[in-house]
Amino acid sequence: MFKHIMVPVDLAHIEVLEPSLEVVADTAKHYDASITYVGVTSTAPNSVARTPDEYQQKLEAFAQKRHSVHGQPVTAKVYSSTDPIANVDDILVKSIDELGIDLVIMATHLPRHLDAVMPSHGGKVATHTDASVFLVRPTES
Amino acid sequence: MDNNSKSPDDYTPAPSEGIPAPEGAANLIDTDYVIGQDNITASPMGFNIDLHGKVFTISSLLIVLFVVLTLALQDQIAPIYDAVFNFLTGNLAWFFILAANIFVVLCLFLIVSPLGKIRIGGAAAKPDFTYMGWFSMLFAAGMGIGLMFYGVSEPLTHFGTAFDGSDWAPLGGAVGDFEGNEAGSVAVGMAATIFHWGLHPWAIYSVVALSLALFAFNKGLPLSMRSVFYPILGERVWGWPGHIIDILAVFATLFGLATSLGIGASQAAAGLTYLFGAPESDITMILLIIGITIIAIASILAGVDKGVQLLSKINIGLAAALLFFVIGVGPTLIIATGFFENLMSYVVNLPALSNPFGREDANFSQGWTAFYWAWWISWSPYVGMFIARVSRGRTVREFIISVLLVPSTVSILWMTAFGGTAIDQYLSQGIEAVRDAGLELQLFVMLEQLPLSNITSFIAIVLVIVFFVTSSDSGSLVIDSITAGGKVDAPKPQRVFWAIIEGTIAIALLLGGGLTALQTMAVSTGFPFTIILLVACYAIIKGLMSEPKAV
Repeated sequence: MFKHIMVPVDLAHIEVLEPSLEVVADTAKHYDASITYVGVTSTAPNSVARTPDEYQQKLEAFAQKRHSVHGQPVTAKVYSSTDPIANVDDILVKSIDELGIDLVIMATHLPRHLDAVMPSHGGKVATHTDASVFLVRPTES
Repeated sequence: MDNNSKSPDDYTPAPSEGIPAPEGAANLIDTDYVIGQDNITASPMGFNIDLHGKVFTISSLLIVLFVVLTLALQDQIAPIYDAVFNFLTGNLAWFFILAANIFVVLCLFLIVSPLGKIRIGGAAAKPDFTYMGWFSMLFAAGMGIGLMFYGVSEPLTHFGTAFDGSDWAPLGGAVGDFEGNEAGSVAVGMAATIFHWGLHPWAIYSVVALSLALFAFNKGLPLSMRSVFYPILGERVWGWPGHIIDILAVFATLFGLATSLGIGASQAAAGLTYLFGAPESDITMILLIIGITIIAIASILAGVDKGVQLLSKINIGLAAALLFFVIGVGPTLIIATGFFENLMSYVVNLPALSNPFGREDANFSQGWTAFYWAWWISWSPYVGMFIARVSRGRTVREFIISVLLVPSTVSILWMTAFGGTAIDQYLSQGIEAVRDAGLELQLFVMLEQLPLSNITSFIAIVLVIVFFVTSSDSGSLVIDSITAGGKVDAPKPQRVFWAIIEGTIAIALLLGGGLTALQTMAVSTGFPFTIILLVACYAIIKGLMSEPKAV
């Protein structure tokens, strides 16, 4: 049913992703789908990488590490932006078409009042794409 | 939740492979500093924050302290600010004037030197913005608002002092007496105005912007003032010397913006009163500030591409429409020939105007030129940092031509059209209203003599307001990234926080008094920044020399 899964990854907040990464592995194995890990980084140096190319390198290493966990084919794709915080949703929506994605699996936070003013990335992506979107919420702890 | 527990390095290959260069050849600085390593992260009330502990805390406390002091002890503290500032412009005018000349010479040198071929962001980097979007943003951030207020009043003032033989005349004693000499007074008045709005201010911005862009995009250091000091201070820039530089940058930017916003609101209110009879009350001004702040917040939430760039383009489009309207319905021929005459007059008078020593026109060289240089320099961390952020992918030569020569040419055209029309109204039509009007109303009175003045004056007011928005939003982005340790991807609520702080300070000072006093203090930061800029010149040369030969 799903052939190509996109997993948006923020290498700066990797711990938030943990629950969703499991879902990704299980789903990919179940449908025998390939996975593209997508990163959006600033053109200016940031806490993860000092250049967009360095980010690409780190994301590829991350993808390979995940590959060794689930064994499905992986690729890594990095987009750089002057203002990644503001542009991340648009970039993800565009790349869904560009990469031919049929399922997006991404981590998100619990609903909160602030969402009315600043919607979650997951929510915004789901509103603007034809692909299926699976938002993984953090488990109560 | 503490995000510091993250460990992206777990996923990196062995460090011995090194950090790949930015796109294409470039020469990264080797440092162990990780951007954001001194940052505090937290999520109070669902708001994520990510701030540089020391820079954010100390600059916030200093800002509160200065606002409270200024409000509480207005009568005592205003003279102190004034004394500091008068000392600087009075005794150190030569220093400002000399430094600004150095910046111009460096920029002109870079255009022709082989170093100009080096590309910001690495040899293969692609520009993030179109020429139009890029130019609109740097122009709107750099001086848009000033052109609205001084486009008519400054040429008229210099012309007037020269024509009347006042001791405020530019070059009064140096070139001879222009008293009663119409052509001579126009020439020297326009030359002096263009001098203040031409190569020098843009060279100041260019130096800051180029040094920041170079050290962020080619050297891989955080986009923050301190990075420019790396060639001199080395790893010490990550400690207190760097904190102090960044705190100073926040201080200058925030107070520069907040006081301009306050003063600008009172001027815009004067315009509204004059045009539409709006009540000239505190309420009008507060509503203006709140309105400007709300649009600015919407713009920073939309981001650089969809917010700031879009507003800047609207702004430049409107400004161009107004400019061509004035050229078209004003004295077209006088403006057309005036452009070249003024350019010539600028070139001819430039050596005398920019001479730092032995000036006999102290009122002009200290009261105008040194004031302007301190003013531009105090704005330079903010404008420079914003220009740097959007300039990746341009070559050094392309960068300087676009940040120095193109805006200077636009300034000359703007001053010629607006100032030239006003002077023409006075000289050939005998209309004295413009000269007699208050400074903040001269633009509107000039437009009133032209057709369709209801529409054009309204456009002018809108322009003033939108120019403030484009300053406020890009300023908030800049302050946010300095106080986040150079991160441009810090959480959005922080940007909103700074925009609100700017508006709040503007309102507090507007109601409590002390706007001009604090602005004087903000402009005084031009002095330490002049020294920082001289270091930046050295850093630019050193940084460019260490780049691989461009292809």
